Amino acid sequence: MSDLEAFRKETRAWLDENCPKEMRDGAGGEENICWGGKNWKFQSEAQKTWLNVMAEKGWTVPAWPKEYGGGGLSKEEVKILKGEMKALNIRSPLESFGIWMLGPALLKYGTHEQKLHFLPPITRGEIRWCQGYSEPNAGSDLASLQCKCEDKGDHWLVNGQKIWTSYADESDWIFVLVRTDPSATKHNGISFILIDMAAKGVSTKPIKLISGKSPFCETFFDDVVVPKEHAPGVNAIVGELNRGWDVAKYLLTHEREMISGGGGGLLGGRGMGEVAAQQIGLEDGRLADPILRGKIAQAEIDGWAFLLTLERMKDEAKAGQGVGANSSMLKYYGTEFNKRRFELFMDAGGSDELEWEGERTKDGKMARGWLRTKANSIEGGTSEVQLNIIAKRILELPGA
Amino acid sequence: MPLVLTEEQEMLRESARGFLDEKAPVSALRKLRDDNDPTGFSRDLWKEMAEMGWAGILVDEQHGGADFGFVGAGVVAEEIGRTLTASPFLSTSILAATALQKIGADAHKQEHLPKIAAGEALFALAVDETRKHGSAKTAMVAEKAGNAFKLSGDKTFVADGHVADKIIVAARSAGSPGEQDGLTLFLVDAKANGVSVERTMMVDSRNAARIKFDNVEATGDDVLGEVDGGYMALEGVLNAGRAGLAAEMSGAAQQSFSMTMDYLKERKQFGKEIGSFQALQHRAAHLYSEIELMKSAILKALQDLDGHYGMAGPICSLAKAKAGEVAKLASLEAVQMHGGIGMTDEYDIGFYMKRIRVAQEMFGDPAFHADRIAQMRGY
Repeated sequence: MSDLEAFRKETRAWLDENCPKEMRDGAGGEENICWGGKNWKFQSEAQKTWLNVMAEKGWTVPAWPKEYGGGGLSKEEVKILKGEMKALNIRSPLESFGIWMLGPALLKYGTHEQKLHFLPPITRGEIRWCQGYSEPNAGSDLASLQCKCEDKGDHWLVNGQKIWTSYADESDWIFVLVRTDPSATKHNGISFILIDMAAKGVSTKPIKLISGKSPFCETFFDDVVVPKEHAPGVNAIVGELNRGWDVAKYLLTHEREMISGGGGGLLGGRGMGEVAAQQIGLEDGRLADPILRGKIAQAEIDGWAFLLTLERMKDEAKAGQGVGANSSMLKYYGTEFNKRRFELFMDAGGSDELEWEGERTKDGKMARGWLRTKANSIEGGTSEVQLNIIAKRILELPGA
Repeated sequence: MPLVLTEEQEMLRESARGFLDEKAPVSALRKLRDDNDPTGFSRDLWKEMAEMGWAGILVDEQHGGADFGFVGAGVVAEEIGRTLTASPFLSTSILAATALQKIGADAHKQEHLPKIAAGEALFALAVDETRKHGSAKTAMVAEKAGNAFKLSGDKTFVADGHVADKIIVAARSAGSPGEQDGLTLFLVDAKANGVSVERTMMVDSRNAARIKFDNVEATGDDVLGEVDGGYMALEGVLNAGRAGLAAEMSGAAQQSFSMTMDYLKERKQFGKEIGSFQALQHRAAHLYSEIELMKSAILKALQDLDGHYGMAGPICSLAKAKAGEVAKLASLEAVQMHGGIGMTDEYDIGFYMKRIRVAQEMFGDPAFHADRIAQMRGY
C-alpha cells in the first residue's frame, strides 16, 4: 500500500471515530458555517466538539505548517482529507476570513513572530477576522483609498472609513489597507495593517442588502491608536511599510480564485435541468417549457466547460504552466455564470419562488439566494475590472 | 488524468505547427480555390503528412500507424485549423480509421489500415441525407437478399466524398427513419456500380459531395460491425469526428483571435490604437475567456475518447457544442473588429469565418448537441 493509500485509510478511520453524528449531514449553505471568534455562539455542542477535535489535529487548516497550528499536510494529503470528508458527508469544522485571506497573506508576507502570534488563534476559531479594503470613494479604483494612517512615533493613528467589510460587526480583528504616505503615487503609499476591533474609536454599522440580509458593514476609524507592535516583536504592519499594495494584490488574486469556485462551492448543488424538471415537469421526457429547456441546456454546457477549465487551470499550475492573471478570467466567468444560473432557477421556479417569507420557501431561500448572486460580479473586483485585467495582463492590449 | 498535454503531445504540436506554417499556410487554400483545383487539396502534401505519421495517427502500430491516440489526432486537427489546411485528415484519418479500428473485422483492418497509414487510400463517411444532422434519421435502404444487400438512397454533406476510394455508408436494414435500431454500416467502393458522386463546392472552399446509391450491391463481408445494430458504433465514430472538428475549430478560433489582437495593437483611429478602447478590450477579454472554456472541453473530450471510448458521447457533445458557439463568436468578432478590411476577400480572416461555419454544422450544430445533453441529463 502506498503512503497516500495508508493516509487515506487512517484519515477515514480517524474522521469516522471523531466526527459527531450531527456534523455528518453534509449541510452546506451559509447558515451552517461555523465562523468562530469571541462573539461566536455555537449552534450545537456537536459543532463545538467538531471544531475542537479538528483544531487539535491541525485540520481546520490542513495545509498550514504545524508550528502555526496547521496540519502540515501535502497537497495530495489535503486532497485526500477533503475527499474523505466529502465521502462521509462531513461539514467543514471552521471557515473564516482568517483562514481564507489573512492566513495566506501572513504565510507569504508575515514575519515568524507575526505568524506565531496571529495564526494559531485563527486555526482554533478563537479570533475572527474581517477585511477592510473598499472605501466609499475607492471601489473598483481600490488603490485610490484614503483611510489615513499617521506615524506618531510610538504608535499609528488611523482615521477614515471602510465599506463592504464582511461581518465586521461580529469580528474581533480587522486587516486594513491604509494610506501611510500621502505624497507617494497612489499604489506606493499604501500599507497593510492589523487592528483590534475592540480598540477605542472603531465602530461598525451593518448595511442591509436587497436580499434583506446584512452580511456587510460600514466600518469607521476615529482617532484609533494602533500600537507599532501588538506584542513584543509582532509588528502591526504586514510586509514593508508603503508596500501594502503587493499584499493586497496577492490577496485579491486569492479572493478571486475563491469566489470563482477555486475553493469549491460556487457552482455546487443540483443541476439546473434537474431542478427545473422537478418544478415544471416533463412532457414526453422533455422539460415542459421548450424555450427554457434550450436556455438551461446551453447554460449547463457553459457550466460544465467552466468546471473543466477550473480543473485544467489547477493542472496547468501543478505542471508549472499557466497564466497568473487567469484568476481574473475564472472570477469573471464564474460569477457571471452564477448570476445566469440563478436567473434560470428563478425562471423555472415561477411564482412559488417569489414568496419572501414563510415556511414553504424557507423564507424565500431561493429568491434571497438569487439576489445574493448579484454581488458576485461586484465583490472582489467587478466583472469590468476583471476584463480590464485580462485585456492588460493577458492580451497586452495598449493603454488598458 | 491531468488536463494538460504530455511532453510527447507538446512535441507533436510543435512539429505540426512548424510543418503546416511552412507547407500549408492559408495562401495554399486560397490557391487551391483560385485555381479551381479538381481535388481541392494537394496529394503531394497529403503524402508528406502521411510521412509525418499523421495519416495513420489513429492506426495501431501493427497496421503501420503511429497510434498517437485521440489527443494526438486532436493536436494535429487543431494545428490544421490554424492554417485552414485542406486535407483528407478528418474523413480518412479520424473517421475511417476510427471506424475500422473499432468495428472493422480483422480482414478489413489488414486490407485498409496500412493503406490509410501510408496515405494511399482515401475514405469518406456518408451519414446525413437531409440538411440537418442526425444519424437516426437515416432513410437510405439496405434491402436484404440472402447474405447480400442492395443499397439505395441519397447522401449529402459527405466530406471528401468526391475523392474517396472507399465510402463508409450508413443505411437502414430494418426499422424506419427516426429509430436508432435497424442501421447497418457498409464499406462500399466508390467506383461500384450504381454509385454516383457529385462534388459540391462549399462556402469554405473545402470539399464535400452528394452521393447517390442506386441498387448498389454489397455482401456480408462489406458490413462493418453488426447488421441492424450499427447505431452505437456509428455514434462512436461520429463522436471522434465531433471532437476532431471541435479541435479544428479551436485552432481556427485561436488563430483568428490572435490575428485580431495583432490588428487591435497596430490599427490606429482617433489618434490611438483601437485596442486601447475599452469597448473592444472587454469584448476581446470575454472572447478570451470563452476560448479557454472551449479548450478545456475539447481536451477532456479527446482524453475521454482515449480512456473511455464507449462513454465519451456526452463530453464529445459538450466539446462540439461549445466549440461551435465559441468559434462562431471568434469569427464574428474577428470580422467586426477588423472593420472594412475584414470584409475583403484579399484578407485571410474571411476564410476562417467560412470554415468555422461549415465545421460547426457538420455532425451536429450547437443546438443539436445541447438537445442531446439535455436528453442525457433526463430533461
